[in-house]
Parts: sequence; C-alpha cells; structure tokens
Amino acid sequence: MAGSNPNAKPMNLTLKVWRQPNRQTEGQMVDYQVKDISPDMSFLEMLDVLNEDLLHQGQDPVAFDHDCREGICGSCDLFINGRSHGPEKGTTTCQLHMRKFSDGDTITIEPWRANAFPVNKDLSVDRSAFDRIIQAGGYVSVNTGGAPDGNEIPIPKDIADRAFEAATCIGCGACVAACKNASAMLFVSAKVSQLALLPQGQVERQTRVENMVAQMDIEGFGACSNIGSCAAECPVGISLENIAILNREFLTAKAASNNLA
Amino acid sequence: MNLTSKAPEGPLAEKWDKHKFNVKLVNPANKRKYDVIVVGTGLAGASAAASLAELGYNVKAFTYHDSPRRAHSIAAQGGVNAAKNYQNDGDSVFRLFYDTIKGGDYRAREANVYRLAQVSVNIIDQCVAQGVPFAREYGGLLANRSFGGAQVSRTFYARGQTGQQLLLGAYSALSRQVAYGKVKLYTRSELLDIVVVDGQARGIVTRNLITGETQTHAAHAVVLATGGYGNVFYLSTNAKYCNVTAAWRAHKKGAYFANPCFTQIHPTCIPVSGDYQSKLTLMSESLRNDGRVWVPKTVEMAERVRKGEIKPQDIQEDDRDYFLERKYPAFGNLVPRDVASRNAKMMCDEGRGVGSSGLAVYLDFADVIKRTSAEAVSQKYGNLFEMYEKITDENPYQMPMRIYPAVHYTMGGLWVDYNLQTTIPGLYAAGECNFSDHGANRLGASALMQGLADGYFVIPYTIGDYLAQTAPKPVTTDHPAFAEAKAGVQARVEQMLAIKGNKTPDEFHKELGHIMWEYCGMARNAEGLKHAKAEIQRIRKEFWQNVKVVGSGEEMNQALEKAGRVADFLELGELMVDDALNRNESCGGHFREEYQTPEGEALRDDDHYAYVAAWEYTADNQPEVLHKEELVFENVKLTQRSYK
Repeated sequence: MAGSNPNAKPMNLTLKVWRQPNRQTEGQMVDYQVKDISPDMSFLEMLDVLNEDLLHQGQDPVAFDHDCREGICGSCDLFINGRSHGPEKGTTTCQLHMRKFSDGDTITIEPWRANAFPVNKDLSVDRSAFDRIIQAGGYVSVNTGGAPDGNEIPIPKDIADRAFEAATCIGCGACVAACKNASAMLFVSAKVSQLALLPQGQVERQTRVENMVAQMDIEGFGACSNIGSCAAECPVGISLENIAILNREFLTAKAASNNLA
Repeated sequence: MNLTSKAPEGPLAEKWDKHKFNVKLVNPANKRKYDVIVVGTGLAGASAAASLAELGYNVKAFTYHDSPRRAHSIAAQGGVNAAKNYQNDGDSVFRLFYDTIKGGDYRAREANVYRLAQVSVNIIDQCVAQGVPFAREYGGLLANRSFGGAQVSRTFYARGQTGQQLLLGAYSALSRQVAYGKVKLYTRSELLDIVVVDGQARGIVTRNLITGETQTHAAHAVVLATGGYGNVFYLSTNAKYCNVTAAWRAHKKGAYFANPCFTQIHPTCIPVSGDYQSKLTLMSESLRNDGRVWVPKTVEMAERVRKGEIKPQDIQEDDRDYFLERKYPAFGNLVPRDVASRNAKMMCDEGRGVGSSGLAVYLDFADVIKRTSAEAVSQKYGNLFEMYEKITDENPYQMPMRIYPAVHYTMGGLWVDYNLQTTIPGLYAAGECNFSDHGANRLGASALMQGLADGYFVIPYTIGDYLAQTAPKPVTTDHPAFAEAKAGVQARVEQMLAIKGNKTPDEFHKELGHIMWEYCGMARNAEGLKHAKAEIQRIRKEFWQNVKVVGSGEEMNQALEKAGRVADFLELGELMVDDALNRNESCGGHFREEYQTPEGEALRDDDHYAYVAAWEYTADNQPEVLHKEELVFENVKLTQRSYK
C-alpha cells in the first residue's frame, strides 16, 4: 500500500545509537544500518524496524520511551542529531516523519542528557523529577465535591486562552535536554503561569511558586541563563514569556510581606 | 452465580440519592486504617486515587508509565459531555441519559447511565475549580460544542486537547495527595496478577519495569482503572502500551468479562499508509461539526481520484455524494460513530473509496472555510490540522482530509454491579475497563465523562460500603496466596524467555490483529467468526512454542513486556469471537451481517438479546461459561434507532 507520497523512494540509513544496559553501567554509541525505510514512516516506526531486526538476530532491542504516538503523552524523548525531538520545529519524536531525512543519512540518537534525568536503559530516562516538582505545588488545593458551579467563576477569554497555552506542556523534558544548563525553568514556568493567570490559582499563588522553584533546585536542574533554546525546541510551543512570568511571580512572592511560608 | 446489578429500587431520578444514603459509611477516624490499591492513573484511576486519599484512605497508585500524566486519557481530543444546559437548548439530565441509552443501542443498564448523567454536571464544576482551562466565550462563561448522537450542544472542551487538560487536572489532584503522603505512587509498575484471599481481592502482583523485580502489595480493596483492550486489533487509536492484561488477570481470577465483542470503530481516523504502521491517529469527532463527509458519486470518478488523475477539490458538487447528509438528514454528519463508520465502509465496499488504497472517504472543510475563514477554523481545530499534515504531508486547509474508520474504544469490559464492584468482592473496575455505561456503542465525549464520574463521584461512595463491612485490621502479604501468585507470575516470565523461538511478539500481535479486524471488526458473520476462532487458537498455540524474546526478566526488557501483553490478547481475542458468535443480532458497534434491516441498518433482537453477556473463565483452553444479566427498561421505550 502506498502512502501519501507514492513517488518517495525507500531510504537506507546509518544510525548511531546510545546503548547503556542500566543506570549503573557505562554506555557507548553503537552503529546500526537500517534498510528500505519508507519516508512516510514515523521516526519511531523506523526504530521499530531496527528493533525487530535486532530481535530476529538475537540481540537486545533498543529501549526507548513512547506510547501515544500522537504527540500528546510526552513519553517519547529522543535527542536526534543534537536536537530535542530532532530537526522539525514544534514536533515530538513520534510525529517526526522520515521524509525529513534523506537516503544515506547518518542519524545520531541519544537520550536526554541531564543530571536530573538519569538513564534507565539505552534511550529511556527517568523523569520523575518533574512529578516531584508538580507535587511541590503544581495544583489548586480543592478536594472532590463542593466546587461552585463552573459558570460562577467567569474568566475573560484571552486569560483563559493564555492559561490554556501554558497548560499544554506535555512534560516531555525537551526543554531540559535543549538547555546547556539542563534547566527546567520552561517546564516549571508553564505550570506556574497557568495557575497564576487563573482566578482559581490566586490563593496559593505565592507559596506555589516558591515551593516549585525550591523543588526544581533540589532535583539538580541548572539555572536559567535566558538563551531560549528551551522554547525554540519545545514541541508544543510553550513560550519563553512564561519564564518571565515565573521570575516575576517568584520575586513578588519573595518580596511579599504576607507570605509566611 | 446469579448476576444482580444491585441497582436500587424506586424512581430512576431518586436511585442514586437513595443509594448514597443507604450505603454504609466508614467513620473519619477509621478511614486511615484502610488501604486501597488503585491500578492505572488515567482519568478514572487518578481521580479515584485522589478522591479516596482526600477522604482519608491510604492509597497505593500504580502505573506502568514513567509518570501518571502519560495515561492514554491524555490523548482524548474532542470534549466531555455534561447536562448543564448552559446553552438553553433543551438539555437535561434525562436527555443526556436518554441520548446515551439510545446511542448505546439499548444495551446498557438504565440506573448506571442515569447516575452518569446526574454527576456529569459535578465533573465540570470540579475540573473548573482545579484550574482546567476549558474553552470560554467572550463573556467569560464556559463554551460548548456539539457532538455526534445528540441534538443539543453539551460538550465542554479545551481546544482539541480536552483529555490532556482533564487528565492534568486529575494528575494535579493526585500529585497533591502524593505530597501529603496519602498516596504512595508506584510508577513503571505493571500489574501481572490479582491476589484473592478467601474469595476477596486482597492485593496485586506487579513487575517493576526498570529492574524486573516482582513485588506483591496488599490492601483492603483493589480498584482497576486500566483502560480498554482496543489494541487486540494491533492497529487502533489506542496508545502502544494499552493492553488487557490487568483486566484479563482479574478475569482469570474470577471476575466476569462482559460484552467483550462490543468494540467501537471510530469513523474519523487517518487511513493506514503502509505495513510498517504502528498505530492509527484519530481526527476528533468534533471535526464533523464543520467538516462534510463525501465520496465521488460514481465508481469511475473514484477510480480517477485513486489514480491521481483528478484532485478532490476539482470535483464538481454534482459529482459528490455527501452520503451521511443524504441518508440521515436529521443528524447529517453528526450521526453516531457506529453509523458513520459503517456507512464509510459501505462506500468503500461499493468501490467509491478514495486515497491510493481506496480505503478512505473525504472530510471536507472547504465550505466552513468559505463561510468563516481559515483563521476561524484554525482557532477551533488548529492542532488537529497540524497533526494531520505532519502525518500525511497534505494540507487540510487546501484539500479535504482522507479518513477511514479505526478501532477506538471498547464498550465491553469487566462486569460490574451498580457499585462498580466486579464479581470478585473487593475488586472494583472504573472507566473504560468496566462495561457499565455505554451499551453497544459509546457516544462521543462520553468516555471522559464516565472515567471522571467513576473516579470522582461513584467509587468514593461505593467502596466505603464494602470497607465498612471489612474489619479495619492491617493487611499483609504474608498469606500464601501472595507467594503463590508471585511464583505464577515469575514462572510465566521464565516460560516466555525459555521458548527462544523465531517470531517476535509484534509479529504475533499483527497476525492476531489482522484476524480480529477482518472477522470481528466493523462487520461480522457466523462463518467468519468460526474461522477466526480456529485461527486464534492456532496462533496462540504457536505463540507458546515459537515466540522470541531475548535477555532476562531481571532488567528493563520491553520485548518481554510486549510478549506478556500479546499472550493475554491471544486469549481475549477468542472470547470476543465467542461473544460475537453468541449474539445473534446487530446492535451498536456489533454488526452481524446476517441481522440487518432492508436499508442496511443494525437489526436488534430485543426479545432474545436484551441482556449483558458476562463470561466466566473456567480453565485454560476451555470454553467460558455465559451468564446473563437481563436488562430491564422502565424509563425508555426500545425502538429502532433512527437518525434520519
């Protein structure tokens, strides 16, 4: 069955893939050849082909994280040719298609590189640091039941839209991988902005930002030096503006006399 | 076993309130003496875990993902239904109930569906309070849109990412309880068995997917919120990890499996492009609000399109057949999913399909772009259009989308009573993994509603009733049933590793998926189903002789994980076929070719099949035993569904 571009020719590629058995063992780059790759394949489908080949040869397939393959779950996390999620702007690895590469290309595939994201195996990393940052304050403290009618909290459309834009972060960690300091500022700022913009987030606004930033530091993420690679490489277009909001929120909280936390 | 729904007596509208009053309560000081295991952290699991922890229970939450936020609920696009009637267009709890019962082709339990419609309004309030950024009107109030199978506008949404926003809301509530120490979170932990002690669910066996370690966990009750089994078809819109293992392990330990053949084929997915395809991508049903579905009027014209001789946008209006608008003038492009899917298949079977494979129809936005603007369309559907272009390399602003039906959701699942308890006391099932609310066909924007209803508003009440009757003594994993279950899990892993065959788990999975799609998919008949049954038995036998997995069980081993899931699909597949063979009628997503009206619509047989088919596992490779829960309809009249 032909794909959307019946004229596209299959490709042969060389892959340089990071292989590491587990967290305790040192890893290395290993070369593999893959043949007859359709340009309509997604990048992960190309890796599926490699893994089926390896398994047939009795070799250990390459471990990598993936799930929805629709660009929304945030599982996939490959550093391709030195870029988070590869060469296409605003795209997760699972939505990157092989038509963006050419026959004969050599492609380097690495896991996210950051102290706060230790490697589990091969290309799979541990991003539980992000969960712990959310646990530090990335919520509105409401219990189930007793919420007022949804329309009792009117929110101007432009505010709701801005909050939504920030809330679309998929938590993949591309921002950290793209940053030379391995900073998590874009991730943290997206959640802080969403809740700082909305009326529901006002009550805990100051403690939230302080606690989340403190947790970010504990996890070992680097500082932000305003280069902007994070936003440039973010697959869902989380804006650098959020970091400005985070900084303002943080300073306001620190300076606030009523903040006793 | 006599299946009783335990739905309370009395008028429909009073059942739930009455039941909430009648259930036993656990006093606040005693709640901390009870442990509850929740497996799965999607909408149903995360909301249940958070709500139970808020009540004071000690919760252990398990997910095989690296984070609770990755659960497949995140990929739901279109929206969540709620009977708020904010639009003043005639909606009500009863209408949502009625639409859902009718949409499910009268194969769901009235009391459950009515409760779902009742608590739908609380879901919206809860999510707004959490800071879920729903779409809003300029006046600051919540916006709605229409969805298939309804004539009112009751779907709340967050652009094309509603599931993501709702899940992140539930995830935030869960995270808060983790921070409070009321939920202990186990990530990258896959459930591989249920532990039953003296007839009651008392724990689970899990495998740590990073270290390979097998662990046992005890609790006073276990909630499964582990999603659907659509991946039995290999290609589906489900995420790659979605599987039936948790539900199937529970089934083999005594939980009945209900209506396994009720699977939903979603009409608007991006068509298959090649053999390498690993999954299918949905284009939200909300697109049918503005997109018009059509194929060329003649086979000749369709052939020219397939060969690339003519472009769809150059085909004249007169040469197009907007078949849904033609056949169903009242609902038009917004007919329910089963009807839309079946009609798309009929067009392709007639030879009027498009795309190089001929297995696609058009979903066209030219009219709405002309009527409003490309920008307005982008505001509503921007992310979906982008996704379509990334996958197909075609721009849907300039040419119509090509779509084709694909497996999307499974209405069947673990049988549960009104309390969402399975046939194993102490084992509950919430969300897609139970069978409870959608009958034979689920309406769009109702999956999110059901997941959150179960987790936020049903389980927290009903589980208390069970716990109140259980002694608040500490539970441990000391009972021999734990060691036995653990040994069983380990032996199975070793068995798969020892086969050292020639076929990969994926190859087996594709083979099974092909059989399921061909013979137990959009259209089924007795002959095909019998053929499928024999084929599945053959594949299953081969699997246990010839599967190839390398490495060991004491490490991260994704091929091993996959093999375990495929092994369970190979058992489930046969039960689905048995169920489809047993149900000699057509209803909702279950279309038996032998049973159709002269117009080709599904022909139900209410006299003989107005029941839930609940299957009991007996032993490996033995036929399962069918139990029937008769469905009683006191508040709706069973009619042939008409969307004309």
